[in-house]
Amino acid sequence: MFRFLMKGMLRDKHRSLMPTIVVTLGVFLTVGMFAYMKGVMGDMLNNTAQLESGHVKITSLAYRSEIDVLPNDLAMDNGPAMMAMLQENYPDLAWSERIKFGGLLDAFDKNRETRAQLGVGGIGIDLFGPNAADRERWNLESGLRAGTLPQKPGDILMAEKLAGNMGVAVGEEVTLISATVNGSMSLQNFRVAGFIEFGIPPMDRSIILADLNDVKRMLDMGDWSSEILGYFPIPYYDDALAEALRDTFNVVHSDPIFMANDTLNFSTNLDHDDSIDRFAPYMMSMLDDSNMRDYYTYVDKAGSIISFVMIFAMGIVLWNTGLMGAIRRYAEMGLRLAVGESKGHVYRSLLVESVGIGVVGTVLGTIMGLGLGLYLQEVGFNMGDMMKDSTMMMPTIIRARITPTAFYIGFFPGVIATLLGAGLSGLRIFKRDTASLFKELET
Amino acid sequence: MRYILPFLILGAMPAMLMAQPDAAEILRKIDKQMVTESAEATATMVITNRRGRETRITSRSWSKGETTSLVEYLSPAREKGVKMLRLDDVLWMYTPQADRVIQISGHMLRQSVSGSDLSYEDMVNNGKLLDVYDAAVVGEEVFMDRLCYVLRLRAKENVDDIAYAQRKIWVDKSRYLPLKEERYAKNGTTLLKIFEIREVMKIGDRWYPKEMYFKDVLANGQGTRYLVDDIKFNVDIPEYLFTKAALRE
Repeated sequence: MFRFLMKGMLRDKHRSLMPTIVVTLGVFLTVGMFAYMKGVMGDMLNNTAQLESGHVKITSLAYRSEIDVLPNDLAMDNGPAMMAMLQENYPDLAWSERIKFGGLLDAFDKNRETRAQLGVGGIGIDLFGPNAADRERWNLESGLRAGTLPQKPGDILMAEKLAGNMGVAVGEEVTLISATVNGSMSLQNFRVAGFIEFGIPPMDRSIILADLNDVKRMLDMGDWSSEILGYFPIPYYDDALAEALRDTFNVVHSDPIFMANDTLNFSTNLDHDDSIDRFAPYMMSMLDDSNMRDYYTYVDKAGSIISFVMIFAMGIVLWNTGLMGAIRRYAEMGLRLAVGESKGHVYRSLLVESVGIGVVGTVLGTIMGLGLGLYLQEVGFNMGDMMKDSTMMMPTIIRARITPTAFYIGFFPGVIATLLGAGLSGLRIFKRDTASLFKELET
Repeated sequence: MRYILPFLILGAMPAMLMAQPDAAEILRKIDKQMVTESAEATATMVITNRRGRETRITSRSWSKGETTSLVEYLSPAREKGVKMLRLDDVLWMYTPQADRVIQISGHMLRQSVSGSDLSYEDMVNNGKLLDVYDAAVVGEEVFMDRLCYVLRLRAKENVDDIAYAQRKIWVDKSRYLPLKEERYAKNGTTLLKIFEIREVMKIGDRWYPKEMYFKDVLANGQGTRYLVDDIKFNVDIPEYLFTKAALRE
């Protein structure tokens, strides 16, 4: 019987090839889109972690309450001691210090008169110290477009487009105008060691990178630390892990009076209780930082909805394929019933066929979808031209990400929808009147 | 009796008019005390930041007329040698660290000087109130144990781009010093800055502030005290001092 069914399927292209192609294409699209969606989301989180917030971030309570305006004057005292404590008590994580600040970059002529001036965002990272892992985190080697990486204190890297807009050359001296933590205007000269492309349009238009110690000196920060970022030894962000660490760290190291209050009303609690140590450390997870949790939840939900719609739409298509297949074979069913095959047997054989086609199509579609996902994961999809005026912190090359779910997500539309379609349409077999079968076959 | 009353009122009018001071005259007397032809001074600015830490910046300044002045910071070490030169409406700043002369203009003039509650405009302003404001006397009050006129000042219609479009000032009735000022934005209700003269000194026949207090209402700090350590009026100041070239010397 099995041989009979297999022969039938293979010889009748309408029973085997066409449904398999439809299932394969449907599953291919589902798996490919799923990997792409995961990749976009993962890229955004990874970029945010690497460049902006780490997997966890420690600031002072006061700094956290005004974090949107980069209040370096509210930084934590005694940063080196805090770093030593973190490295001793939390050795699994990589710790990295950052300072972000705003200012004006002033390019000058041979008379030292202003030639061009633009507002910039400055970021101080550890370029020369033992924790120079930031060089890799920022992917500086491959992002370098001209000149060299900073060689000595006083060297900076400029975003390539920013340098182009200001007409600055590699090796040129520029003045950075900013404000110290005491509020005094600070003018500091730097040598432009090289130009860099971050691959994120807003950063490519306005960012300069300087050594952490140079920035501390310029802002008169002494040993204060604005932000200390922590990275788990995993290549992606795990919210549950970050939240667990955040909660235990804050109970042990942050201000107990503040922690006893409702920490959601951050500024209110801080401003109305003088007994709170405003400069005690406070850890936040990446999603807590800059209200990313709402955004993450929104994007995650949107991603789930899109995935569901995709799976649902493919399910409808494949269900329809199952239906069409069974309806098309109306006469064949009649003949098989007429020659004595039982209704249950015909129905079961229809289901077995649909499962076979569904499995074969799903396996092929999943392989093709994973292939597309792998290609987009390794090579990516360059959206640079479309995003040249974008102000969103997104990389210009969008990459897919293959997750374990991508290996089985295609089975839902591929096998189950096809099976449901065949099963539903096959129910008509039981309504066939055996006595009138030959009459039907005559027509 | 009813025929005598109008004559009595008419007879009393000169005394009533004398009792009602002329606001413009009050401004003229304030300008005479506060605005100098030329002056050389040493001052200390005491700034308390948001962490409650105090910074003292000493400076030396020279001024000539209403629109020319030079300020040089003497301490602390990090600020030493910083100079600010005002020539008419342009302010230049020199810092020895970068050996650069930078023009400060537009909205930057209203930025805080060294984290204090003074803006660059406040720091170098030596203009006459009478040239900029129309005034009206709105009452009399006692402030810091001194009887004061209370004046409401509004910027004249032809005056554009002014930092404080309206002010309410408490003027010492005998010394003609503005002991307190509330400085407002154009809408007249948004208070931007509070200024007080907390101690005065007499130099010749002129009363002059010895200790002033500035509070930027929009900032979180605890206010800035400005102490005039030493001041000489009508001094000869070489012209070259007020040049960009002299900033680097």
